[in-house]
Amino acid sequence: MPNMILAIAEQTDGQFRKVTYEALSEGKKIASANGFELVAVVLGSNVAESAEALAQYGADRIIVADSPGLADFSSAAYVEVLCGLVEKEAPELVLFGASVQGKELSACLAARCDAALATDCIAIAWENGAAKATRPMYGGKVLADVQLEGSARMVSLRPNAMAIVRSEGAGAIEKIEVSEVDPPVKLIEKNMETGKIDLTEADAVVSGGRGMGGADYAVIEQLAEVLGGAVGASRAAVDEGWRPHADQVGQTGKVVSPNLYVACGISGAIQHLAGMSSAKVIVAINKDPEAPIFMKSDYGVVGDLFELVPAITEEINKIKS
Amino acid sequence: MDIIVLLKQVPSTESMIEIDGDGVSIKPDGIKWVINPYDEFAVEEALRIREVHGGSVTIVSAGREKAAEAIRTALAMGADKGVLVADPALENCDGLGTATVLAKAVKELPHELIIAGQRAVDDDNFLVGAAVAEKLGMPLISMVFKEEVKDGKITCHKTVDGGSVVVEAALPVLFTTQRGLNEPRYASLPGIMKAKKKPLDTKSLADLGVNPAEVGDPKTKVVGLKTPPERTAGQMIEGESATEKAAALVRVLHEEAKVI
Ligand SMILES: Cc1cc2nc3c(=O)[nH]c(=O)nc-3n(C[C@H](O)[C@H](O)[C@H](O)COP(=O)(O)OP(=O)(O)OC[C@H]3O[C@@H](n4cnc5c(N)ncnc54)[C@H](O)[C@@H]3O)c2cc1C
Ligand SMILES: Nc1ncnc2c1ncn2[C@@H]1O[C@H](COP(=O)(O)O)[C@@H](O)[C@H]1O
Repeated sequence: MPNMILAIAEQTDGQFRKVTYEALSEGKKIASANGFELVAVVLGSNVAESAEALAQYGADRIIVADSPGLADFSSAAYVEVLCGLVEKEAPELVLFGASVQGKELSACLAARCDAALATDCIAIAWENGAAKATRPMYGGKVLADVQLEGSARMVSLRPNAMAIVRSEGAGAIEKIEVSEVDPPVKLIEKNMETGKIDLTEADAVVSGGRGMGGADYAVIEQLAEVLGGAVGASRAAVDEGWRPHADQVGQTGKVVSPNLYVACGISGAIQHLAGMSSAKVIVAINKDPEAPIFMKSDYGVVGDLFELVPAITEEINKIKS
Repeated sequence: MDIIVLLKQVPSTESMIEIDGDGVSIKPDGIKWVINPYDEFAVEEALRIREVHGGSVTIVSAGREKAAEAIRTALAMGADKGVLVADPALENCDGLGTATVLAKAVKELPHELIIAGQRAVDDDNFLVGAAVAEKLGMPLISMVFKEEVKDGKITCHKTVDGGSVVVEAALPVLFTTQRGLNEPRYASLPGIMKAKKKPLDTKSLADLGVNPAEVGDPKTKVVGLKTPPERTAGQMIEGESATEKAAALVRVLHEEAKVI
């Protein structure tokens, strides 16, 4: 049996997360260079059909655990399945997306399998069997190279950190038996925001801070929409109750790495910068020419955001048409 | 109800982090050490649950002797007692090692509920809470922003990708905190005075029956730290009016940066 890499896919209603494709692409890169097999694992209910698509990202095999009990994520039920797989397949490396779910799942699985885990990584180096992952620490103020030892080394990958590369894999589907477990944590209610682009996976993020002066984010939302991106906020705006906690960008909120980050009415506190410094291009819009955010931005515009942001939206619409 | 809070002392988020000469640790100078912000939510929530249900709140931390300061702060907020596991062997410990040690320490204490932070803002591991639950065979509920304990059960509202869910489990449970759970109180002056007399036990690994070799050789090891590429001030976009500035900005984003 060749050595292998397991990539744990993440899906909702048969739709895979972007970070799943990123993890497969990264897994394929390492697998090809080392003669490993890349095996995708899909857990859920009625997912066999959509699972086939993962062959386009290089999966040599696709293991499907299909069961009504796996329809909604439950770390207890998922870990049970994955722990069995890790024992059976003895992978060199297990990859996850560092989504909320991926972080919980990888932590539980690593603890159960007593395996090395590096969370939220932005690079993996695999040389002669030695695995090193690079991950931000201290809210991105430092990057750490972490060496992983033992079998079934586990790495979760930060969304938007790895390129998606398509490649054909054989993608043979293998269904595995799942024994029903009675999860100790019962799901009572789901409140999902459908159709919203996930902040951590968005290519563009437009954030509004205290400079918004209130809960009306229409100008921000319109710019985010023409960019096909998501709306973020500073903690000040969240604390004011203008935006939900889930929108907070920063050291104690979400870390985002979009191609374009537009900070509107945000001063640039160190905790905010921690959440967006890894964006490819940062634009700051602030009426105070001395605002510290300008020191960390690729492009800065001084002025009133309520005039500038709609004008920018309009200009983008012009190019698009 | 006996509640345990897992608490880590970390550099405050305002702290500048500089890499030490050894290349694998950070310079201790000038760092202000505080309770991990997510663990502060945990302490506050534990106190609120105790206010309703009675019982006790015990703070458990693993780290250097210095971490006693953070435990004292939590005692000053109102927690009843503290346990600090301090041992030279913990210095190289990874997240799983820390969880092994904490699980051992917790086992010796009565508990129906354990509260941990979703992550510590130094290593950003998102690991220790989940791993302690796993090691104790306890149900885990992560990223909780609202909870209610009633009739031996806990109902939690928790953040998931793309929304939130409500879940329920019979106690004992370990849950981890998410912003929005509460506004942590400040330690009052009388609280600080009282905290000085509250029990704080320091334990070594030997006291817990943990073999230092078990945690001293971690599977995950930091072998090098580097600073991310420094971001510097870029180009200021000039113009006579908002429209002019907007046009100039969109032009560079489209033509130079190629992000739109
Ligand atoms: C433990 C801890 C954790 C934290 N975690 C986070 C975190 O995760 N994320 C985070 O963001 N913060 C965090 N903070 C808070 C952080 O320190 C700052 O207080 C916060 O980021 C400030 O938000 P702001 O920039 O929106 O507000 P301010 O600092 O008040 O800045 C508002 C800016 O808007 C500008 N402005 C006002 N009106 C206009 C207008 N009409 N047009 C253009 N510009 C305008 C002003 O010039 C100013 O620069 C944390 C703090 C602590 C202590
Ligand atoms: N050394 C420690 N002592 C006590 N609790 C800890 C320690 N390390 C981590 N924790 C707990 O585990 C949570 C997650 O930490 P981490 O996995 O390091 O991001 C923290 O918020 C704490 O509640």
